Amino acid sequence: MSKQHITATVNGDPVEFLSEAGATLLDALRDELGLTGSKEGCGSGDCGACSVILDGRLVCSCLVLAAEAEGRRVETIEGMAEGGVLHPLQRKFIEHAALQCGFCTPGLLVAAKALLETNPDPSESETRYWLAGNLCRCTGYDKVIRAVMDAGAELRQARVA
Amino acid sequence: MSQLDFLAPTSAEEAARALAASGAEGRPLSGGTDLLVQLRSGRLKPGLIVDLKKIPGAIGIREEGGGFVIGAATPGAMLGEHPSLGRVWPGVVEAASLIGSTQIQGRASMAGNLCNASPAADSVPALIAARATCVIVGPSGRRTAPANEIAIGPGRTSLQPGEFVLEIHLPPRGRRAADAYLRSIPRTEMDIAVVGAGVSLALDADGVITEARVALGAVGPTVIVAEDAAAGLVGTRADDAAMASLDAAVRAVCRPITDKRGTADFRTKIAGVLARRVAGIAYARAKEQK
Amino acid sequence: MTDVLDRPETGLNLKVVGTRPDRPDGVDKVTGRATYGADFSMAGQLVGKILRSPHPHARILSIDTRKARALPGVKAIVTGADFPEQASQEMEGGEGAANIRDIAMNCLARDKVLYDGHALAAVAATSSSIADAALALIDIRYEVLPHVTEVEAAMAADAPILDESRFTTGLEAKPDKPSNIVSRMQLKRGDLAEGFAAADVIVEGRYTTPAVHQGYIEPHACVASWSADGQCQVWASSQGQFMIRTYCAKILGVEASDIRVTPAEIGGGFGGKTTVYLEPVALALSRQAGAPVKMVMTRDEVFRATGPTSGAVIEVKLGAKSDGTIVAADVVLKYQAGAFPGSPVAPGCMTALACYDVPNFLITGYDVVNNTPKVAAYRAPGAPISAFGVESAVDELAGKLGMDPIAFRLKNAVRDGVKAAYGPTYKNIGYVETLEAIADHPHYRVPLGPNQGRGLAVGFWFNVGGESTAAVNIVDDGSAVVISGNPDIGGSRASMAMMAAEVLGLPVERVRPIVADTASIGFSMLTGGSRTTFATGMAVTQAAQKVVEDLKRRAAEIWDVGIDQVEWANGSALCLDAARNKPDLTLAAIAAQSGKTGGPIGATVALNAQGAGPGFGAHLCDVEVDPETGRVTVLRYTAAQDVGRAIHPAYVEGQVQGGAAQGIGWALNEEYVFDAGGRMENAGFLDYRMPVASDLPMIDTVLVEVPNPRHPFGAKGVGEVPIVPPLAAVANAVSAAIGVRMHDLPLSPPRIRAAVDTL
Repeated sequence: MSKQHITATVNGDPVEFLSEAGATLLDALRDELGLTGSKEGCGSGDCGACSVILDGRLVCSCLVLAAEAEGRRVETIEGMAEGGVLHPLQRKFIEHAALQCGFCTPGLLVAAKALLETNPDPSESETRYWLAGNLCRCTGYDKVIRAVMDAGAELRQARVA
Repeated sequence: MSQLDFLAPTSAEEAARALAASGAEGRPLSGGTDLLVQLRSGRLKPGLIVDLKKIPGAIGIREEGGGFVIGAATPGAMLGEHPSLGRVWPGVVEAASLIGSTQIQGRASMAGNLCNASPAADSVPALIAARATCVIVGPSGRRTAPANEIAIGPGRTSLQPGEFVLEIHLPPRGRRAADAYLRSIPRTEMDIAVVGAGVSLALDADGVITEARVALGAVGPTVIVAEDAAAGLVGTRADDAAMASLDAAVRAVCRPITDKRGTADFRTKIAGVLARRVAGIAYARAKEQK
Repeated sequence: MTDVLDRPETGLNLKVVGTRPDRPDGVDKVTGRATYGADFSMAGQLVGKILRSPHPHARILSIDTRKARALPGVKAIVTGADFPEQASQEMEGGEGAANIRDIAMNCLARDKVLYDGHALAAVAATSSSIADAALALIDIRYEVLPHVTEVEAAMAADAPILDESRFTTGLEAKPDKPSNIVSRMQLKRGDLAEGFAAADVIVEGRYTTPAVHQGYIEPHACVASWSADGQCQVWASSQGQFMIRTYCAKILGVEASDIRVTPAEIGGGFGGKTTVYLEPVALALSRQAGAPVKMVMTRDEVFRATGPTSGAVIEVKLGAKSDGTIVAADVVLKYQAGAFPGSPVAPGCMTALACYDVPNFLITGYDVVNNTPKVAAYRAPGAPISAFGVESAVDELAGKLGMDPIAFRLKNAVRDGVKAAYGPTYKNIGYVETLEAIADHPHYRVPLGPNQGRGLAVGFWFNVGGESTAAVNIVDDGSAVVISGNPDIGGSRASMAMMAAEVLGLPVERVRPIVADTASIGFSMLTGGSRTTFATGMAVTQAAQKVVEDLKRRAAEIWDVGIDQVEWANGSALCLDAARNKPDLTLAAIAAQSGKTGGPIGATVALNAQGAGPGFGAHLCDVEVDPETGRVTVLRYTAAQDVGRAIHPAYVEGQVQGGAAQGIGWALNEEYVFDAGGRMENAGFLDYRMPVASDLPMIDTVLVEVPNPRHPFGAKGVGEVPIVPPLAAVANAVSAAIGVRMHDLPLSPPRIRAAVDTL
């Protein structure tokens, strides 16, 4: 099986890897680049645990071919904290106990980051619908939604200050 | 192990040549939200995947002659972000925006939704109600076909080997005209439509319906255009009596199956309910489109 | 969130327990660094994959692996014949008894396949695509047999029999024909006929629930390495590394001490990861291949071949006096076990009437095998199912009597001193308090609009203790490490660290909790049954107490006073002999000179914890039904629960909210759908339909604290109770909204529309 050589930007850094034509971006992140923070819960785009931001758009990395990443910009959970400082969303998830097993957490955080970048002041309903593609079986979503909205409030405050 | 190749050509003609050369082995890729699931499950074992996204115009929306041209690989999210598309064709945009999650919206295209040929595809009843047309590229050049001629059965299309949809065209809209789409699902998100209904209406200055088109999803092997139901709306103001006959006329044309997502009886009843509700929304919108 | 109510004075001046510190594993889990089952890899590892039966019931005539073996890159192929023959042997294992032969045959079939998706053979190869190709080359010949998926069909006299050697146990007369009914059990009290004769009002109903999956987002995954010297290592996500060790050792016929199991982070379990599916297979492949083998299930495999809980039929007949006193209850429970015996019908029976003081009852349970995946534990196994029937009937009875559902339940409520239907006499229970908390909650008084309905239901779970080991080691800088053997499934590292910090008098940040592998800490039963905070927490607390005693002894030695002159407070030793004028000795100061006072400071406690206090909850649900489409919207949801004492209230609330959400999913949409050929039609998240964020409202919680005197801080198990009431709470709300009693789950739109159409 022939492999393709792919160059892309992941979390701001240039990367290169070889990929089988049928391999997904999620496979490449996890198996070729060792970035196992993005999880595979279903492989069919139904759980969101593999969420990444591709050229500014939130996508399921299990539904992107690795070959499609050629020349493109990928942001994953591993790039969310900057220089060891947690993103406000990451901090708020811990503060609000918005994770239990933590498996869906990376995907939820990436999706929530995309939300707050698109809509800095989402309502509860907007937050719930935006995150509807991220399944969480532990929390019942209550504390997740609170954490995202609280992080949004903190980010808005920071912008004003 | 079969060989799988990947190409990302930069012209439509190149893509068509590659697909034609691969015969039944080739598959065009837009958003990939259906294709990758089929690859993964083993339902589909193509020898070649041709990514359309590097073809100029494949991603994007342009206004042309009062209507809109939507590139085949334009993700759903871009439709909602467009400054005027949602004003002119709100039903098409709301239908496309119902496909999957935010993540899916970042990738999934209406052309893919159309060519996947699922009877339950959300954007298709809306496109058909809107009289959308498709520009199809193939090894022997380009042709145009109405959206309702693409799917010919569950998972089957009228596209010939090597052909793919490059653009979807939405016609210009007059004043006092609007469309709407609703679907019925058990959850609030993430489900496949158990029934979908798209309605497009035009009114005269007195609010009387002059043109109507009703398209129903998931109640037949392909989207059903309910001609009699639409004809019954013309000449009315979408009053209660008109809605009741719409409900009955829609139920009369449904030919659904019973499957894991719903029973035939339920689907038929809900089709009538949705048609009424969608017609009401389209009517209210049309009255406001001055 | 309602703040903690009713925190009784216990005489404890708690500084850490009851607060909400950041969890110690939080940063790893929000940065993607936490290592779950599929995240671990070894150099040189192979990819292992499983071939699964496409038939729900068939005799295996032959398995020919020759072509697959010949494929370059294939390193090992195993079938059921690679496991040693087992005698049928019941053993204590996961949650409740387990039969090791059945577990082995579920991992790899022998002779027969018993459900669509049953594992038949496994391959290890150098790549995923070669493994897939090899599976396709394995040639299996079947004799396809008639199958049966539904419980009552499986009980029928003419049903296809899964195991011809099985005769129903628990009947008065020994049966002369084999049956899919594995056993019948009964609980009884008083005289049923007399009870119903005394009743003024009787309700009777037949209820059904479908098989549903635990729905953890992380698929099963492991890496196994079998070295040439017979030493084995397994890295896996599960609810118990010791459970994996025991099962693998028995299935493979090796010594348990030769298998070292390291727990990966677990991405949800809810009972579904209390058994093995992959690990013995991966070890067998690794032995044959001479290389480590990694196996990860697909979501399709998770649905088709791992733990749903039983689909069931529940028949309930209740009788009450006109003043609202329940005088008789007749409950029949028929639970699917799936391919092998062992449905949770026993706890279903035992919990069915646990909230009610009923003088005359008969509870009959049937454990029934059928051609669906072997059921696995699911959060309060068996209890939500029987509660759905009983709480629906109670709701109907209250309605017939014209009584408020809370008042009716209070009138019949169990209290301290009442003998439970399942045997013991209740002590220190907080059931009535949960009902009162709901009655006092503003939710109970929100006016309802058209097409809206309100439902109440209650639930019970035993909670368990059991065997646990924990160690507390003091570091010479004055910090501490807590080592336990229970996977942290929802924040237990935090509660372990908090209990140790409380006893030691350290800030919780200075206590580092570790979940150790099977070679690094003593035996602990798995994380399940709501036992960890109670039982392992007790081991941690006692180990910390031993450490404090040791610290006091050392302070006495340093001061040269009697140990009775030393008190431990706020992380320091205080000298009570004021005349000595000794400044307090901090833990750090004592630790720094531990070499002079007897060496390293630490203690290990291994115990079998008894006295887990039973838990009760009361849930209130408001819904709105669209009568034309049959869609249900959950408008409001409030859950009150007696938690004994909330060690970390935020994670206790999280347990209650998560359990409620799972129960709402069970009530509204989730179900296993089988086609006429016995194949699962909806083996994916898309069509299995678990609740998504936009399906649910905020879930308000009221933590009632009636402390458990058998736990050092009063804790009771909290994880399981919250999934017991929601099925009936939602169904009662929907029934109220549409004016038709709903008997069958899920309350899907077609079902509700059909019910509305009967009006």
